[in-house]
Amino acid sequence: MHNLTIAELIKGLQSKEFSSVELTQHFLNRIGSLNPAYNAVITVTAEQALKAAAEADVRLAAGNAPALCGVPILHKDIFCTNGVRTSCGSKMLDNFIPPYNATVVENFEQAGAVVLGKTNMDEFAMGSSNETSFYGPVKNPWAPDCVPGGSSGGSAAAVAARLAPGATATDTGGSIRQPAALCGISGIKPTYGRVSRWGMVAFASSLDQGGPMARTAEDCALLLNCMASYDDKDSTCIDREVPDYTATLDGSVKGLRIGVPKEYFSEGLDAGIEKAVRAALANLEAQGAELVEISLPNSGLSVPAYYVIAPAEASANLSRFDGSRYGYRCGNPKDLQDMYSRSRSEGFGKEVQRRILIGTYCLSAGYYDAYYGKAQQVRKLIQQDFDRAFESVDLIMGPTCPSPAFKFGAKSDDPVAMYLEDIYTVATNLAGLPGMSIPCGMADNKPVGLQIIGNYFDEARMLNVAHQYQQATDWHDLAPEGVAS
Amino acid sequence: MNIERQEIEKLATLARIAIDDSTFSEVSQRLSSVLDLVDQLQAVNTEGVEAMSHPMQATQRLREDEVTETNQREAFQAIAPETEDGLFLVPKVIE
Repeated sequence: MHNLTIAELIKGLQSKEFSSVELTQHFLNRIGSLNPAYNAVITVTAEQALKAAAEADVRLAAGNAPALCGVPILHKDIFCTNGVRTSCGSKMLDNFIPPYNATVVENFEQAGAVVLGKTNMDEFAMGSSNETSFYGPVKNPWAPDCVPGGSSGGSAAAVAARLAPGATATDTGGSIRQPAALCGISGIKPTYGRVSRWGMVAFASSLDQGGPMARTAEDCALLLNCMASYDDKDSTCIDREVPDYTATLDGSVKGLRIGVPKEYFSEGLDAGIEKAVRAALANLEAQGAELVEISLPNSGLSVPAYYVIAPAEASANLSRFDGSRYGYRCGNPKDLQDMYSRSRSEGFGKEVQRRILIGTYCLSAGYYDAYYGKAQQVRKLIQQDFDRAFESVDLIMGPTCPSPAFKFGAKSDDPVAMYLEDIYTVATNLAGLPGMSIPCGMADNKPVGLQIIGNYFDEARMLNVAHQYQQATDWHDLAPEGVAS
Repeated sequence: MNIERQEIEKLATLARIAIDDSTFSEVSQRLSSVLDLVDQLQAVNTEGVEAMSHPMQATQRLREDEVTETNQREAFQAIAPETEDGLFLVPKVIE
C-alpha cells in the first residue's frame, strides 16, 4: 500500500479495497520499523491516528466523504497541533504542547485526513540540511551519509522513504523545494498569502509560506486543495477563491512559453544537474512547449537580500521566546534579565542564535536603513525582474539547487556556503511567487530537482505542467533502495 | 569586515542572548562572514526604488471591534513554566 500515490489511495479507500484503519496501521508499522534509520519523524501519534482512521472509515462507509478522508499524512513540526508537542526542532519548544490547531492542521482534520505524527526539521526552519535540529539530523533515504536538505528535511525524507504518502512543509527561502529536490519527491510553495500562516511558528513573516510534499504533482494538487484557504486569522492571507487544482492537470503544454533564466545556469552549477534539467526542458519542448531564454539580472542579490530580511524578521519573531509564558526556562534564574538571556542561549541552538544576532545588527540604530531598508529595496528590484519576465513567458524553469545532496558536516562550518544552497530558490520567496520542485533525473546517484516558478496564484498551471512531465517520465516513481519492497 | 567584541556584547544584550567567553571569536568570525555576504547590497543603486514589504501590496485588514475569542487562560497557563493565582510568575523584579 505504501507504493500507491494519494490519488490511488483515495480510490482504494472509496472503493473499500482497504480501510483507513488498515492503511494507517500499515504506515505506523513502517514508521516503527524504518524511521529509526532516517530520524524523519520525531513524534508518532499512533493512538490518535487509529481513532481518526476509524472515524474516517465511518464517513467513508456513509458515502460523500471529502477526497482526503482516511488518507494518512504527516505534519511538519512547525504547525501547532492541539495536545501534541510542537517543537519546531528546538529545545526551546521541546516541552510545548499547543492548546490549539494551526489552520492548516484544522483544514486536514475537517477533511478527515489521518495524522500519523510530526516530522523533524531544522531548528525554527533555519537551515538547508536538517543538521540544526535539536532532535538530530535526518538521513537522506537515497544516501544515508548525506543530508536530506532543509528545513523540511523530515517531511521530504519521510515521503521519499514512503513512511507517509504526503506531508505538510513550509518554505521561507527554499525549505520545501530544496529538500524535495534532494530527496527525489515533489513539493510546492504556493504564492505568499495562499495558505494560512496561523498556528505556523513564525520565522520570517513576510517570506514564510506553507505547502505540501508528495511523490507526484497530482498528489500535491490534492493536498493543496485542502491546505489552501482564506483565513481571517492571518492578516496577510489573500481572500481569493481556491480552484480545484486537480481539475486542470490534464491540459496539454502545447504552446506554453517557458522562460529559462541564463543566471540559473551559470558558474557553480553541478554538471550532472545541468544535464538532467536541460533534458527535462527538452522533454517539455518535445511536448509542444516553447523555451525562451530570459534574464533575471538581479538574481545574484537575492541571497544577500534574503540574509538581511529573514534574520531581521526572525530576531523580532523569536523575541517572544523568553522563558516567561511557555517553552524552555533556565534553572534558578537570579533575576529577570538572567532568565531571559540564559533561557534563550540555553534554549536556542547556535545557528538560531547567530541569525538572531545578525538580525538584531541589521535592525539596530544606525544600521536599519543601510541593511533592512536597502534589502527591502533590492527585494523590489528582484520582483521587477520577475514581473518583466512574466510579460513574455508563462512559467520559469531551472534547477532547484546547485548540487545534489551533500555529506553531513560538509557545509556546517561555513554559514555562507550553506546559505548558497538556496541561491535559486530565495528569489521567489522575496518576490512572493509560487515555486515548485519535481524530480527530473539523477546526478552522482542522487536525485535532481527541476524548479518551476509561476506567476502569482498560477499554482494550477505549475501543477498541470509538472503532471504532464510526470506522465511522460518516471523519475518520480524511482524509490531509494529497500524502500519500495 | 571585522566585528568588534564590544559590538557583539552590545548585540548580545539587545537580543538577550548570553555569549560564553570561550565562543566570542567563533561568533565574531561567523557574523563577519555573513556581514561580508550581505554587504554586497551596498553597491546596488536603489535610488528612487520603493521598499517592498508585501508582494501584493496588501494593507492591514480591519475588523469590527468585537470579542471573537473566548477566555482560555487556564489552557494557556497549563503550559507555562510557573504560575500562581492566574498570573505568570517571573523572578523578582523590584528589590
